Amino acid sequence: MDSIFLITIIVASFLILLVPGRIRYFYALLVSLFIVALTSIPAIAVFCSPSLSPVSFSAGLPQYSLTFTIDALSAFFILITNLVSLAGMLYSRGYLQPYVTQKSRFELSLHYFCFVWLHLSMLAVLMLRDGLPFLVAWELMAVSSFMLVLFEGEKRITLKTAVTYLIQMHVGFFLLVTAFLICGTSTGIMSFDALKIYFADHRNFGLFLLFFAGFGIKAGFMPMHTWLPGAHPAAPSHVSGVMSGVMIKMGIYGIVRVLMYIQSDVYAIGVFILVISAISGVMGVMMAIVQHDLKKLLAYHSIENIGIIGMGIGLGTMGLGVHNPMLVVLGFGGGLLHVLNHSLFKSLLFFSAGSVYKRFHTRNIEDLGGIIHQMPKTATFFLIGSVAICGLPPLNGFISEILIYAGLFRGLSAGGFNQSIALLLAIIALALIGGLAIFCFTKAFSVVFLGSPRKIHPEVKEVDGGMLFPQAILALLIIAIGLFPVVFVIPVTHILSTLFPLSYPDLSPITGMLTKISLLSFILIAVVLVLFYVRYLVQKKRIIQQGPTWGCGYTAVDARQQYTGSSYAGVINELADPLLHSHTDYQPIAEEEVFPSSRKFETHPVDVFGKGLNVITDFLMLILKKLARLQTGYIQHYILYAFVYILIIFVLLYLKLL
Amino acid sequence: MTGLVLAILTAVFFPGVITRVKSIASGRKGPGILQPWRNVFVLLRKGSVISATTSFVFRIAPVIYLATIIVAILILPFPGRQSWLGFEGDFVFFAYLLALGKFLFIIGAMDTGSSFEGMGANREALYSMLVEPAFFILFGTLGMLTGHTSMQEIFEYFRMSDYNSVIIGIIAVYLLVQIAMVENSRVPVDDPKTHLELTMIHEVMVLDHSGFDLALIHIGTALKFAMYGTLIANCLIPVSWPVAGQFTLYFAIQLLFAAAIGFMESFRARKKLMKNPQYILTLSSIALMAFVLCLLLINQMIR
Repeated sequence: MDSIFLITIIVASFLILLVPGRIRYFYALLVSLFIVALTSIPAIAVFCSPSLSPVSFSAGLPQYSLTFTIDALSAFFILITNLVSLAGMLYSRGYLQPYVTQKSRFELSLHYFCFVWLHLSMLAVLMLRDGLPFLVAWELMAVSSFMLVLFEGEKRITLKTAVTYLIQMHVGFFLLVTAFLICGTSTGIMSFDALKIYFADHRNFGLFLLFFAGFGIKAGFMPMHTWLPGAHPAAPSHVSGVMSGVMIKMGIYGIVRVLMYIQSDVYAIGVFILVISAISGVMGVMMAIVQHDLKKLLAYHSIENIGIIGMGIGLGTMGLGVHNPMLVVLGFGGGLLHVLNHSLFKSLLFFSAGSVYKRFHTRNIEDLGGIIHQMPKTATFFLIGSVAICGLPPLNGFISEILIYAGLFRGLSAGGFNQSIALLLAIIALALIGGLAIFCFTKAFSVVFLGSPRKIHPEVKEVDGGMLFPQAILALLIIAIGLFPVVFVIPVTHILSTLFPLSYPDLSPITGMLTKISLLSFILIAVVLVLFYVRYLVQKKRIIQQGPTWGCGYTAVDARQQYTGSSYAGVINELADPLLHSHTDYQPIAEEEVFPSSRKFETHPVDVFGKGLNVITDFLMLILKKLARLQTGYIQHYILYAFVYILIIFVLLYLKLL
Repeated sequence: MTGLVLAILTAVFFPGVITRVKSIASGRKGPGILQPWRNVFVLLRKGSVISATTSFVFRIAPVIYLATIIVAILILPFPGRQSWLGFEGDFVFFAYLLALGKFLFIIGAMDTGSSFEGMGANREALYSMLVEPAFFILFGTLGMLTGHTSMQEIFEYFRMSDYNSVIIGIIAVYLLVQIAMVENSRVPVDDPKTHLELTMIHEVMVLDHSGFDLALIHIGTALKFAMYGTLIANCLIPVSWPVAGQFTLYFAIQLLFAAAIGFMESFRARKKLMKNPQYILTLSSIALMAFVLCLLLINQMIR
């Protein structure tokens, strides 16, 4: 039965390439709905069963079948993947509308085909436990997302970033293959479950590090993130939404999956994850602030949020190390909930940024401004996403962050000297991330949507309902998690009991905390409504006039005099210069220049870790360049090489060294 | 609830006291204590002019700004009373709630498209970002000293005065006063007494607000002072005192706080704008020192 479903899905997905253009989108949507239904039902069933016992089934051809397992962790990620992929599918119709005339029929069919396969491969990654099938699914995920990034491949920059992306994914893939092989050679089985046997009688840190590097490239932890800020802006917005919303979370899934089996070095691993994540978080958001490209800014924010998720996971792992179940629940609970939260608000932000791009054909925030008057709904969705991503109450980002905060503060007074210092640094990092995120999103939102337009654009209309609908769903979920956190947090904490053998702590402090938060959120809303009502009553009788913005007596006010993104980010650039290295193109006015000529001011953010993996390739290139001297182009030389080779072999044989 | 009522009562005289102290220090008689509130009532009755560049963001910002401050005061415990809204990590909620108000306030200012308000908004965002770690390290220290994670419990145990809490208490009160000054953009970070363009942060952000909205912002600012005063009072009022005594001490502390601000603003110069980030980061390092001190003290207790 399961095999029939599997084969049906695969055949159906290939048919996308064949169906005529008119019904292609609806057919792809149908296939994707079928996949969602097929995987969500068992996932929900896992959540509904009282002990969260895993569901397992095999499918495939008779002699060659695969085992799919859905446990609570997979189920959680499956539901997120389905939600965001479906939202992306719904959004894609409106977004791809202008391309219908520009792109060939096959290109569009291939795009939908890859989109469905990205969805499928992510689900496969979540369900397969054996090493080889898992790696194949992992590879399929990389290839299908590569094809999706390549959608606008006629642009040179897109082509370049897509190839970079593919290469870096394969570095990660190689690390994962090595890690699985190490485990496989010593235990004889290549699968996640065999890690338990391996970790029991080997040092844990080394192999974990290998897995962390492999999965970390996908997740985008800081020194390994260099593909991310390039690939997200290059891809079409529904793809960036899915990539940033769920695909990078597959890295997080992998790390948590490996952590399940860790048996020694637990505390050290926890501290390691915490430190890497804190660096990713702070650096990610600082890099985000100085960007001019709206989607690149969002991409760097994904790194920041991966950092927050990682801090939760690191804290939880430290909790495992010191046998403090409350830390485990708060850390992992906060981290996993942030996975859900981030996938919601980040895809919402990418979708609304995509709507702006669709209408204005630019992602450079310095060319935008005042869009809120033309696209009020998109602006509202972007605002909701911004408040949520800053972790502000009463929306969902706050819930996961306060769980992590609560864990950090609890650990502070519960542990020894080392733990206190590590956790205090994490608290500082989280507080800084919070402040910097507010800085970043006040910039992004106000420069793009508020004020007056910085460049003349033709009159545009709000995007159609088909593009707004998926955003509305995401926004509603964001608000729902923020207002009723208990409903969402308790199932997430239940997942943990299936992952780690721990005496499950009393959850009443957490539920108490969350109930108070939702109560206070409602009080906040009530106070706001009351104040609005009073404002309405008072202002009803008063004269409300419209006028120009007060220019402090200056009358020749121009839209170009507004604060731009660069000027807003300027202070951060100055303060954090050693970390950011923004490159400025500007020739200062010389003293003898009485009538200065026109000037240009440009800033180019440079990623300090931008070299990242390039350091290795640069080194290789250096050696290879030296070796390339051998390649002279003279046939005589090549014959000489062959002769020398034979001679060496001969001598070695003669000396009995071979 | 007690906290909110008391804070509102305090907010009534707070701005007046500051202005009065400043007037006396500069050799003038000065306006009456309630003058700031008379101004607010005038504003409440006025109509308003709204910039045509603005959108709904500009209109909702002052309301949400005030609402976040009111709810933040609701969370604060009052000495000797059970705060029915306190919970584990409530100071995180407190800080993030205020941040929500600031977020709206900043984008409200940016909504006008004025370069002046852009500057103010930018600085507000920068300074509140820089001051955030100091607040969290301070509460981390208090939490570690007392072994609790809600403001109610932290302050309750904190006031069981042994020597440790006296030492940490002095630093805590100092930090809270300084944080309050930064958060309200007062001297030495900014001087609200100067006019319009010369004021660099808070006042320049409200250039376009008028009438009812401006009144809401002024009320919010007064309440914000009272809110930090309540936090300081929480560090100082002993639990063992009778209720009447606690209330008297509460008002005395608030009065002293207001007078202290007045004096500081009279005799202290505003810092150069460029130097502000350094100054604000100093607060974080003082908080870090308190943390290290606290580690030492606790270790001593164990040994």
